[in-house]
Amino acid sequence: MANAQPAETFSPIFGRLTLDWIPYHEPILVATFAGVALGGLVVLALMTYFKLWGPLWRDWVTSVDHKKIGIMYMILGFIMMIRGFADALMMRAQQAMAAGEAAGYLPPHHFDQVFTAHGVIMIFFVAMAFVTGIMNYVMPMQIGARDVAFPFLNNFSFWMTVAGALLVNISLFVGEFARVGWLAFPPLSGANYSTGPGMDYYLWALQIAGIGTTLSGINLIATILKMRAPGMKLMDMPIFTWTALITNVLIVVAFPVLTATLALLTLDRYADFHFFTNDFGGNAMMYINLIWIWGHPEVYILIIPCFGVFSEIVSTFSGKPIFGYKTMVWATACIMVLSFVVWLHHFFTMGSGASVNTFFGITTMIIAVPTGVKIFNWLFTMYKGRVRLEVPMYWTIGFLITFTIGGMTGVLLAVPPVDFQLHNTLFLIAHFHNVIIGGVVFAVYAAVSYWWPKAFGFKLNDKWGKRTFWFWFVGFYFAFMPLYALGLMGVTRRMNAYPDAAWQPYFIVAAFGAVLILLGIISTFVNFYVSIRDRNENRVGNDPWDARTLEWATQSPPAPYNFPFDLQITGREAFWTMKKQGFTWPKENYKPIHMPKGTATGVMISALALAFGFAMVWYIWWLAILAFVGMLGLGIAHTFNYKRDYYIPVDEVAATEAKGAAA
Amino acid sequence: MSHSQTASVSIADHEVHHDSPTPIGFWIYLMSDCIIFGALFATYAVLGGGFAGGPGPKDLFEPGFVAIETALLLFSSITFGLAMLQADKGKRDGTMMWLVITGLLGAGFIAMELYEFRHLIHIGAGPDRSAFLSSFFALVGTHGLHVTGGIIWLVTLLTQIKAHGLTTANMRRLGTLSMFWHFLDLIWIGVFSFVYLVRLI
Amino acid sequence: MLRLRTLLLALAGAFALSGCQYHVLSPQGWVGDQQRNLLIISTLLMLIVIIPVLIMAVYFPLKYRADREDTSDYDPTFEHSNKIEVAIWGVPILIIIALGWFTYDYTHKLDPYRPLDHLEAGAPIEVEAVSLDWKWLFIYPEYGVASVNELAIPAGRPVNFSLTSSTVMNTLSIPALGGMVYSMTGMETKLHLIADETGTFPGRSAHYSGPGFSHMTFDTLAMSDEDFNAWIEERKTDGAALDRASYLELEKPTIDEPVRYYASVEDGLFDRIVEMCVEEGKVCMGQMMMQDEMGGGGLAGIPNAAAYSYDRARTIDGFGNLIDLPEIEVKALHEAFWNDPAAICGPDFAVTEDTKNG
Repeated sequence: MANAQPAETFSPIFGRLTLDWIPYHEPILVATFAGVALGGLVVLALMTYFKLWGPLWRDWVTSVDHKKIGIMYMILGFIMMIRGFADALMMRAQQAMAAGEAAGYLPPHHFDQVFTAHGVIMIFFVAMAFVTGIMNYVMPMQIGARDVAFPFLNNFSFWMTVAGALLVNISLFVGEFARVGWLAFPPLSGANYSTGPGMDYYLWALQIAGIGTTLSGINLIATILKMRAPGMKLMDMPIFTWTALITNVLIVVAFPVLTATLALLTLDRYADFHFFTNDFGGNAMMYINLIWIWGHPEVYILIIPCFGVFSEIVSTFSGKPIFGYKTMVWATACIMVLSFVVWLHHFFTMGSGASVNTFFGITTMIIAVPTGVKIFNWLFTMYKGRVRLEVPMYWTIGFLITFTIGGMTGVLLAVPPVDFQLHNTLFLIAHFHNVIIGGVVFAVYAAVSYWWPKAFGFKLNDKWGKRTFWFWFVGFYFAFMPLYALGLMGVTRRMNAYPDAAWQPYFIVAAFGAVLILLGIISTFVNFYVSIRDRNENRVGNDPWDARTLEWATQSPPAPYNFPFDLQITGREAFWTMKKQGFTWPKENYKPIHMPKGTATGVMISALALAFGFAMVWYIWWLAILAFVGMLGLGIAHTFNYKRDYYIPVDEVAATEAKGAAA
Repeated sequence: MSHSQTASVSIADHEVHHDSPTPIGFWIYLMSDCIIFGALFATYAVLGGGFAGGPGPKDLFEPGFVAIETALLLFSSITFGLAMLQADKGKRDGTMMWLVITGLLGAGFIAMELYEFRHLIHIGAGPDRSAFLSSFFALVGTHGLHVTGGIIWLVTLLTQIKAHGLTTANMRRLGTLSMFWHFLDLIWIGVFSFVYLVRLI
Repeated sequence: MLRLRTLLLALAGAFALSGCQYHVLSPQGWVGDQQRNLLIISTLLMLIVIIPVLIMAVYFPLKYRADREDTSDYDPTFEHSNKIEVAIWGVPILIIIALGWFTYDYTHKLDPYRPLDHLEAGAPIEVEAVSLDWKWLFIYPEYGVASVNELAIPAGRPVNFSLTSSTVMNTLSIPALGGMVYSMTGMETKLHLIADETGTFPGRSAHYSGPGFSHMTFDTLAMSDEDFNAWIEERKTDGAALDRASYLELEKPTIDEPVRYYASVEDGLFDRIVEMCVEEGKVCMGQMMMQDEMGGGGLAGIPNAAAYSYDRARTIDGFGNLIDLPEIEVKALHEAFWNDPAAICGPDFAVTEDTKNG
């Protein structure tokens, strides 16, 4: 323990922030900072040179268009994926080195921040950003709406998520991040065992982003319930919309628990409360229960929309409606309900007693039934179909194989006596990466390649798409199968060094797998670059995949108003019906279209929320008060604006439609 | 399957007007807020007996004081109802008057709550003294923050009604604020019975 | 049943031969054996459905690919089948029922709180294990000795662990013997394990607990009865005494602590550790809870806060160094200006209020 934390000081102006907290003695961080700063300057210069500031502000930052916001969520997800994956590579490198007597290159103080940041970033700012982005982009068009129910709120939710993400990244260069694991169990995360700003960065980043997520959940539920095209019954909605509905219900029920739990821990840390302390009657087990009451539904929040994505893709590329539509809906609803009665399976080893453990073990296994049914439904959708093996189908088949294996290891962990052995081992790590990479990441890639032509009017490069898939698919197995093996040897997670050198070869194979995944990620960006460069050769029409749901009835890219006319819809697969009917959009008699106006309020309040979070982390009370009052003031000022909408004139609609028809 | 035979898509005859999604959206928000309170109630249920050798409810709470506090909030719900009745009749001044009374009752409630908190902290029974007091301050304080937010909203809406009258937008806002206010009343009834009454018996 | 047993042994053997210590698959004690058996039974049960799924996931897209020669079996209306629905709900449900039955049976049989008396394997020995920052303390109450970062047990006899922790949560994990249970501050948890044969098995904390976590390891020495008794005798002859003072010294955070022994242990020390009252002047948890049951300490109890304070004295920075915080102040918030009624309401106010409550 040669090192020590900077001394706790307080100044009225800078709070507890001193120069000692700037990690300029850490070469890794200095190099990262230089890279980020340099990259940032290049982007700034280019944007200034091409005069992009105005369009960026007008068309994107202040936009309330659900499609723009959806795309911005995806960009946030990909950027944060780079950060989260860099953490993963660092961990893999450290564990490949630190065997026996070797200490590796990361001291615990740094390594522990890395694994905490990796988990937090990947869940909150990568996976959540991706699924929210896809739901935002696709769902309103699937129900024939022009936008979400509360467009301003949508913009605000997005920027709050960005504010949270920025706060996590600021911790890299100013101070430190938490060293507690992604769920921050007290007492370790409490005031006495996690001194310093790291844990406070965690709390405020998640709190700010969590508000955005909850509001977005409310917004999307209201959208599905209220904004559907006339005639579209709930049981006629596309499966993806169904999964979006169920996911957002889960968000609205689960996220308030996270908000409350984090708030209580914040009070413990800031105001000397005793919810989760060892002394004064506090109870740390209550935190563990509360956080998992949120945490378990959270994993379903991530995976359920992905089930929706695969449902759309498998149906489109098999040339058949989804097999067992009603079963699909009911199975998803079952999963929603069951996800709230399984949380205790995350801590069987707390000693709850055999009956309690049995109950939660069996409820967990029961979830495997509806999940299994869904997998069979996808398989039987392909059965007797005409399966086109395009890139989205590669990801789908990769998902079916990988997710099934992950599901099996998940059920193993749900058996309490087996969990006693495998709990907190690398087997668990392998399991949840198995379902999150195999489920969520594969679904995101599938969704991006599937809906990209809708969003931009041209397809992604086929060759690079397949390369991305194979690197990820093979890389996954190399990276995580050794962890299953290590788990069966009883190897614990979160170790920055281990005594048994016999484990090292496995860690080296896992690190090799991580490098393959790195190649997959590089291929992704090469793919984007190549596809955008060759966009004129790759232009496609409005319906490149012969799809079945309503979003494909729009132009590619869709007009701001999505549909030039309101539709009256009966039955499922509206776009398929339109094609069978030989429907064409009328070329005249346009009416003015009622649309919401963009606003800068969302981004401004979120900027203040970022300042507030930063000020709270560092105890800069004056700034915290100022920022909070500013947020409140801006929010109130926004309510004085009664002119939030406008009409797109007929001429403009006609011109947009004519352009779309010509493309 | 029958649905594939009857499936059809056509241009809607007239412009589609969705009902405002605000009431349902706000209702969903209230449900999520309800879950936050649920978590705080659960916390109080778990930790409420942890006095750490310090004072318990019987030492700290005065039923008479809390009864007056409760009465203020319950009356404010009634006066809000009266304001809504006036608004439905399109009477702006009457609406505003009852809203002002509602706000004053709410402010009285908050003042009493602050007095109680200040008193507790003053005698050393602050939230740092025991888990019971932590959970008490968190639950009651969160409710108080909501009421404070409601008062700020109410003042804002008053200026807007004064400036623009009982327009559709303002009526919608009045409706949502009314939902919010009654919701806080309901939560308080829970707090009153669960925190004050039960522990005193 | 015999065939199942052969199969299990064969599978376990295959892993055991691969050079690495697959402790979970080839454990050295009854508990671990049972857990391994359940792991394999569950896997086999699930493979009934997993294998067909994996086959279909590859076979269907290839068989029904759009560019196949004969597409006459393309049936775009095939979107529902009662038979298939029954099968895809029914088979998983049957498997889960079977698995649920095994789960119920084994979870009760292998409840870590359940003593291993039914094995009739000889007299159990008691071990009190305390997770400290960042090392393990093992107290042998029957023998009055203690060891740090080394656990000695007699092979073939059940070990009854009582677990607790000094600051944050940890897990006692000896994979070769069987599953783990958390150790938590202010609480006592139980774990029952047994080693069938003599040997040295790695053990560690399996729940991340701070900067020294990776080195929170110990060797489990499973010895013959004679060797174990000799080990105990040796402990009694050398080493210091573990009393409240030396425990508080030991409890201070250290990383990669070497093995050390204590020749004697003060009576009731473990209970004091569980109840967070090793330090002089601290109220024991049990006493506090009894008092709280009776309605707490009343207003008169307010100034006694320091006697209930525990975490404050153990505050550490991010590298594991102790931070010396001043002892808790009575009515810490009293000094805040907004809280001083005299500043707001004039000097008389505070007096009246105090008399009212006095």
